[in-house]
Amino acid sequence: MFYHKEESISREELNRLQSERLIKTVKHVYDNVPFYKKKFDSAGIKPSDIKGVEDLAKLPFTTKGDLRDNYPYGLFAVPMKDLVRIHASSGTTGKMTVVGYTQTDISTWSELIARCIVMAGGTKDDIIHNAYGYGLFTGGLGVHYGAEKLGATVIPVSGGNSQRQIKIMQDFGSTILTCTPSYALNLAETRKEMGVDLKDIKLKAGIFGAEPWSENMRRDIEKLWGIDAIDIYGLSEIMGPGVACECLEKKGLHVFEDHFIPEIINPETGRQVPHGQKGELVFTTITKEGIPLIRYRTRDITRMIPEKCKCGRTSTRMERLSGRTDDMLIIRGVNVFPSEIEMVIMSVEGVEPHYQIVVDRAEHGLDTMEVQVEVNEKLFSDEIKVLENLEKKIQKEIESVLGIGVSVKLVEPKSIARSEGKAKRIVDKRKL
Amino acid sequence: MKIVQLSIFVENREGRLADIMSILAGAKINIRALSLADTKDFGVLRMIVDTPEKAIEALKAKEIVVKTTDIIAVEVEDQPGGLAKVLKVFKDSKINIEYMYAFVEKNNSNAVMVFRVENPDEAVKKIKGVKILSAEDVYKL
Repeated sequence: MFYHKEESISREELNRLQSERLIKTVKHVYDNVPFYKKKFDSAGIKPSDIKGVEDLAKLPFTTKGDLRDNYPYGLFAVPMKDLVRIHASSGTTGKMTVVGYTQTDISTWSELIARCIVMAGGTKDDIIHNAYGYGLFTGGLGVHYGAEKLGATVIPVSGGNSQRQIKIMQDFGSTILTCTPSYALNLAETRKEMGVDLKDIKLKAGIFGAEPWSENMRRDIEKLWGIDAIDIYGLSEIMGPGVACECLEKKGLHVFEDHFIPEIINPETGRQVPHGQKGELVFTTITKEGIPLIRYRTRDITRMIPEKCKCGRTSTRMERLSGRTDDMLIIRGVNVFPSEIEMVIMSVEGVEPHYQIVVDRAEHGLDTMEVQVEVNEKLFSDEIKVLENLEKKIQKEIESVLGIGVSVKLVEPKSIARSEGKAKRIVDKRKL
Repeated sequence: MKIVQLSIFVENREGRLADIMSILAGAKINIRALSLADTKDFGVLRMIVDTPEKAIEALKAKEIVVKTTDIIAVEVEDQPGGLAKVLKVFKDSKINIEYMYAFVEKNNSNAVMVFRVENPDEAVKKIKGVKILSAEDVYKL
């Protein structure tokens, strides 16, 4: 069952639809976003040069840096009076990436989430247990509006307080869980600890995303909960969750191509790679009004699956993400750039930024992040309490910038491994 | 009559203390007293050695973080109530003790304790009725 007829239109029809929408978007950004006018002009591109999807590669890329340089509203294509919502995610240099939505954008986004819920086997009879965080993060509100659009019942439980989550699941009869995959594992552990029997839980499916996960994790989650676990993909710059989602075939994520045109490029040359090859995922939004983005480089690495899906949807599928082209970490669904942590450490008096970030995932639990800072003579004190206060200070500052918990550990000088004199900044021990 | 104490940052992992001791052994440093304060992740090793400058040089050459702290060393009668008597003097003089530990060797028949106080100069002046040892006395122990 599909939510929308456009999920199964022919490739020719889709091509025509994409071309029509792309032409409109290119004109919209050229006329309304000075950044794009300048960029197109200097590349010698006129909106009239773009006659269809086949001309997409003529357009220049947009990067996260462009969003940062035009912080906060510089890439918005409509006046504030037309926007109904703002979301934001963390950026590379402490500046957030800010996005705005018109009423139409919210409606489109909601429809896409509704499609995702249907893809997971959901209907309007379902009770959606939405444990994504509500707030600036797109997960919570994105799923919320989509569930309402479908006509399902949404429980806006948000993240945290695991025991209460289990109680609500049990008492309210939640049937679909939406959260990060690691939180789904964590909740499974809590359920066991509380001694709640699986037969008292009505869950049948879960839609999990906002962080990388693997087939092993899927197997664990499905076994621990007795559900279908579906992968959802999105990023706030493009829309939020619901840019792509798996169907119950669980063989790659269907990209909602009637709203976003995906490309896979070679991150070094910027050229499109042959269909089916791995590379950097690039998206062009073709229906977005608030902040339409042309050829936005996601920095996510994946490939497109050329074969048709058994489910009958005609949209192309992307594989599970296999990495990043930059050093961004996703920890408990939150984007973390090492540069942000470095800035914090440098701001704490006397600390040279010799640090290392160690990320791990507890056995059935959440990601952990430990920041190790090398002690030098300036920092060292004979008094334990001074050293402990230093750890606490760095910890608090990092937590206030990132919004997630970290632990800080002081280590001896030169104990952090260096390659060619440069300290290795990130050790990711997560086995996904 | 302040005495120089070495404070060393030690990561809480196996073999670190052995490594530090072998650096000191290599430089022929003799340890007169020591204590280890520990937390979950790290410790602070505090030591009185016979030749502090030489010890610092050897440790720094191996990139060990070391700092010096002034402490005072006090004779304590080696019998029940000996330490209590000394601590009462500190208490009556309103001197707060950050930490203390004992020397391995005795001075004549008395034990020797190391005290870290906020202001060692002032403490030396205030404390009456206990014997405060000089650096020379201590290094000879």
